[in-house]
Amino acid sequence: MANLDIVKPENLVYTKTKVLTDATMHYCPGCGHGTAHRIVAEVIDEMGIQDQTIGIAPVGCSVLAYNYFDVDFEEAAHGRAPALATAAKRLNPDLFVFTYQGDGDLAAIGTAETIHACNRGENITMIFINNGIYGMTGGQMAPTTLIGMKSQTTPRGRNIERNGYPLRITELLATLPGTYFVSRQSVHTAAAVRKAKAAIRQGFENQKLKKGVSFIEICSSCNSGWKMTPVQANKWMEENMFPNYPIGDIKVDGKLVESVDINRIVVDHPLSVVK
Amino acid sequence: MAKELKLMKGNEAVARAMIASGADGYFGYPITPQSEVMETLMAEQPWETTGMVVLQAESELASINMVYGGAATGKKVATSSSSPGISLMQEGFTYLAGAEIPCVIMNAMRGGPGLGTIQPAQSDYFQSVKGGGHGDYQLYTIAPASVQEMYDFVFDAWDIAFKYRIPVLILTDGAIGQCMEKCMTRDYIPRWTEEERRANAPWACWGKPASRGHNIVTSLELESSRQEAFNQKLQAKYRTMEENEVKYEAINCDDADYIFVAYGTSSRIAMKAMQLGREKGLKIGLLRLITLFPFPKKKVAELAKQAKGMLCVEMSAGQMIEDVKLAAECKVPIEHYGRYGGMIPTPEDVLAAMEKQIINK
Repeated sequence: MANLDIVKPENLVYTKTKVLTDATMHYCPGCGHGTAHRIVAEVIDEMGIQDQTIGIAPVGCSVLAYNYFDVDFEEAAHGRAPALATAAKRLNPDLFVFTYQGDGDLAAIGTAETIHACNRGENITMIFINNGIYGMTGGQMAPTTLIGMKSQTTPRGRNIERNGYPLRITELLATLPGTYFVSRQSVHTAAAVRKAKAAIRQGFENQKLKKGVSFIEICSSCNSGWKMTPVQANKWMEENMFPNYPIGDIKVDGKLVESVDINRIVVDHPLSVVK
Repeated sequence: MAKELKLMKGNEAVARAMIASGADGYFGYPITPQSEVMETLMAEQPWETTGMVVLQAESELASINMVYGGAATGKKVATSSSSPGISLMQEGFTYLAGAEIPCVIMNAMRGGPGLGTIQPAQSDYFQSVKGGGHGDYQLYTIAPASVQEMYDFVFDAWDIAFKYRIPVLILTDGAIGQCMEKCMTRDYIPRWTEEERRANAPWACWGKPASRGHNIVTSLELESSRQEAFNQKLQAKYRTMEENEVKYEAINCDDADYIFVAYGTSSRIAMKAMQLGREKGLKIGLLRLITLFPFPKKKVAELAKQAKGMLCVEMSAGQMIEDVKLAAECKVPIEHYGRYGGMIPTPEDVLAAMEKQIINK
C-alpha cells in the first residue's frame, strides 16, 4: 500500500524517454537489448534529433527494434544493414543514420557489408550487440561464441578444429582507416550503462564531423541462450566474455588507443562454470 | 542535358536517362556486358551537376541492398547488372517487393547457367517474371528493343515504380546494352525537392516530424492473418497492373495467319524474318511483347483465335512460350524456336523455323 501511495506524476524522477514507443518489448527478462534500446533512444532525445534520424533494424532478436523506437526505421535483410545505411546516409547527408545489429547479423552473414561500410568511412553510427550466440533462432553458435562455450550447434562446446576461432570483429574494424570511433561497452550495471550511453552519444555526435564510422559494441548477456539466470549470466559474462572482449574505447578520434593490444588473441581462457 | 540526337550504346543510354530523369542515386557493381552504365555515370559526375549520388558497391548483394536503403527514404534510386549479378540480387528483389519500395533495376542478360558466357541471352525470363526470390511477388518487367527504348523506359519506370510502389525491372540483353544506335535525349527533369519527396513518398523514412507517427519500411509480419492480408493486397495490385499497364506492339497482325511472338533482341530479328516472309507472300505478323509482367494475355488470346499458328522466338531454351501457351489456351499450334548460350539467331533461321515448325507442318 505504501508503495502505491507514492506513485504519482509529481513523484516521478525517471520516466520512459519519448523516443521509445509504448509497445511492449518482446525481449527475455535479463536481456541487454531493452537497456541498449533505451540509451540509444535517450541520446536521440537529448540531442533533439528525433525528426532527423533514420534507424536500420537487423534480423535477429532485435528484428522488431523498429516497433520500439519512435523514429523512422528501415528493416534490412539479414546482415545488410550497413549497405542500407550507406545509401540512406549518402542520399540524406543531413540526417542521422544508425544501424543496430547482433553478432550473427553483423559478424557472420553481413561481414562483407560491415567491413566495406566501415572501410568506406560511411558517416554513420553502428550499434553492435555481441552476446556470443544466435538468440532468436534458439541459441546456435555465433562467430563470437567463445572456445569451449556450449550452444545448440556446439553441444559439447566450441571446438577450434571444427569451428574456428571467435571473431573479434570490433578490433578488426578498428584497424580500418574508415572507422573514426570504436568502443566496446556493456549495459549490465548502472555504471556500465552510463559509460555505454556516453559512447553512443559520442557516436551520434561524430556524425556531425563527417569523419567516418562510429562503432559501438555492447557486450551483452543472453541468459536464455546461455541457459542461466540473468544474475548468473551477468557474472559469467564478466568472467568469460570480458577477457575475450575487453571493455573500453579501442579507437578515439581516428586513432587507436595505445593501451589496447589490438592483436591480442585469447583462445585458452578457461570458461567458468555456472554453479 | 537537352534534347539532341546522339549515337550511343544501350548501356550508356540507361545511364544518361537516369541522370536526365532526375534520379537521386545509383548503386552498382561491375559486370559484363553492362559495366558501361556505371562507367558512364562516373565519367559524367552527376553529383557535380544534378546532385545524383553514384557509388560502386562491394558486391551486387550490397548494391541491391543500398538500393533498398536509399529508396526506402523516398528517393529515386536505381541499379543495373547482368545475369550472375542479378542472381545475387534476388534477395534484395524479394525484400524490395515485400516492403513495396519503388526502384529501377536493369538486367542486361547474358547466357547461363552459372558463369555461362558474357554474350547476349534471354534465359532469365523465368527468374524475372516467375519470382527469382522467395515469396509471392512480381516485378514490373519491361523489355526494350532499341537504344532509344533503353533511354525512354527509364523515364517510364519511375512513374510506374512510384505509382504502384513496386520495383521495376528493365529486362534487356547484352546485345541491346552493347549496340550503338541513335538516341533522342530529353530535357532534364530536376530531381525532386524535399517537399516533392515527402509528397511523393509519404510512407518513406525521411525523419519523423511531430505531425505523424514513425514510418517503418519492412517486409516482416509475424501475424499470419495480417501477412495473408498483405499478400492479398499485393495480388490486388498486380491484378490492377494487368488491367492497366500491359504494353505490346502488334505488327502486321490484322491479316496474319502466322505470328511470331518475341521481345527484345529476338523481336528485332523476328521483325526482319516477318518482312522476309511477307516478301515470299506469307501472311506473317509479329506480336512484340513490351511488358513481360504484366503479360499481354488478352492480346495473345485474341490472336490465338485468329491465327493458324504461333512461333515463339527466344534466346533461351523456351521460357516465354509457357506464358504464351497459357494465354492462348492451346487453341492453335504454338512452337518454340531459340538459340541460346550466347548465340543469336539470324532472320533466315527464324523464318525457316516458322515454315518448318508451323506453316508446313
